[in-house]
Amino acid sequence: MADAGAGSADSAGPAFDPGLPYRCSPSVALRPEPFGALVYHFGTRKLSFLKTPELVAVVSGLENHPDVHAAIEAAGVEEAQRPAYLKALAGLAANGTILARETQ
Amino acid sequence: MKLVDHFQYGLNSPICLTWELTYACNLACVHCLSSSGRRDPNELSTAEAKAVIDELQRMQVFYINIGGGEPTVRPDFWELLDYSIDHNVGVKFSTNGIKLDKKRSAQLARTDYVDVQISLDGATAAVNDHVRGPGSYDTAIRALENLAEAGFGQPKISVVMTRQNVDQLDEFKSIADKYNAQLRITRLRPSGRGADVWDELHPLPSQQKQMYDWLVARGDQVLTGDSFFHLSAFGEALPGLNLCGAGRVVCLIDPVGDVYACPFAIHENFLAGNLRSPGGFKEIWEHSELFTELRQPQTGGACASCMHYDSCQGGCMAAKFFTGLPLDGPDPECVRGFGEQALAARDADLTVPKSDVNHSRSAPRNSRTPKAPVMLQLTTRPDKACETSPLVAAEADTRLSPAAARA
Repeated sequence: MADAGAGSADSAGPAFDPGLPYRCSPSVALRPEPFGALVYHFGTRKLSFLKTPELVAVVSGLENHPDVHAAIEAAGVEEAQRPAYLKALAGLAANGTILARETQ
Repeated sequence: MKLVDHFQYGLNSPICLTWELTYACNLACVHCLSSSGRRDPNELSTAEAKAVIDELQRMQVFYINIGGGEPTVRPDFWELLDYSIDHNVGVKFSTNGIKLDKKRSAQLARTDYVDVQISLDGATAAVNDHVRGPGSYDTAIRALENLAEAGFGQPKISVVMTRQNVDQLDEFKSIADKYNAQLRITRLRPSGRGADVWDELHPLPSQQKQMYDWLVARGDQVLTGDSFFHLSAFGEALPGLNLCGAGRVVCLIDPVGDVYACPFAIHENFLAGNLRSPGGFKEIWEHSELFTELRQPQTGGACASCMHYDSCQGGCMAAKFFTGLPLDGPDPECVRGFGEQALAARDADLTVPKSDVNHSRSAPRNSRTPKAPVMLQLTTRPDKACETSPLVAAEADTRLSPAAARA
């Protein structure tokens, strides 16, 4: 489980591109909490916190959508909130919680 | 609502769970917060311990802090370590190093999801052994050498700050660097045998400021288990969770399965239940009367009007309790001096609460056991606490725990 997600966490990986398809890292587990979810990365052993239920929905839904924008829309995030969500997701990509996925 | 505000109402599962596997210890540190020494005949069996791990896995407790006593003296320690890791419950264990020979160090270096924390309370043998007992400095250093030689990721060196070692902070950092370890410093609490030596060992007010300044300068390289949040009233908040996590994000499972609000609060007033009872640990975490109460908003009491209340939150519950101070008043080490005033104002006939749980070898086991003098020669009981800095949002990461490179 200590896979590539771990290694890339602190290094400069590919830039986050919300126009691409993403998914949760297989090394990551989400634990539901009253505020949203706690994220644990088994590779880097870091905890993160998803502070809203909508962000949890976005992260969980990434793999079912063709790109990040579609996942944000499907989660019902208000348009005005999109920049904040993109910023949070960029952080999650940088720490290896979410990964760009290969398109079929 | 900020994350820290959510934390005060409690989480679905703990994020900083300490599990003392045994009260047995080869050392007898004067400040042992669990008054360890002798094994309790009623300690959880191997099968019971595995059932606890199964439950923690179901509750998605992703890692635990194992301590004691000296956990590695339990014959099934290595079996439980492997079992836990195999069940996605990572382990950080605190040890005085007694069992970390070359063979075990090599074994640990091959194991994922395990983190090792060596207790060291002096940067020199003289200072360390005064508190932890003769030979304990050499034992700790030998363990660090063995781990380094085996190529073990990055162990932690955990230091309880005392009046004698505050001036050694830079030396501790040098030792950590020498062995490719990460330094962790925590606060001395008047818990367990620590109550007996607190007056003598707790840092002086000037040393509190010294620690704070040192942490502000180097906080990013040093772990603290967030145990110095009472110092945040000096100025800028220290990194980490500036909130007492007891019963909210933190708890302790003791060797016989008693669940307490925090590792520093082994006393019946902070006992939430025993996990051998129906419903097990989950029932206690979710529904015990004590934890429910601890998750109510705190008023701040006598501290509520203080301009620093938001940063120190009144300090450490255990430190107040075991010095006989009211829980809604100032911490005994309040940086504004209100704690000292409160200590001085205690009633002469006040009985300071003392834990009824004592496995010290110096304590009478029964009427025929003579009481031995308090000097010790061995011990451990690593202090613990959590290392969390869980403040940030999605991009937040914490130092919660076992990490190859951090934690």
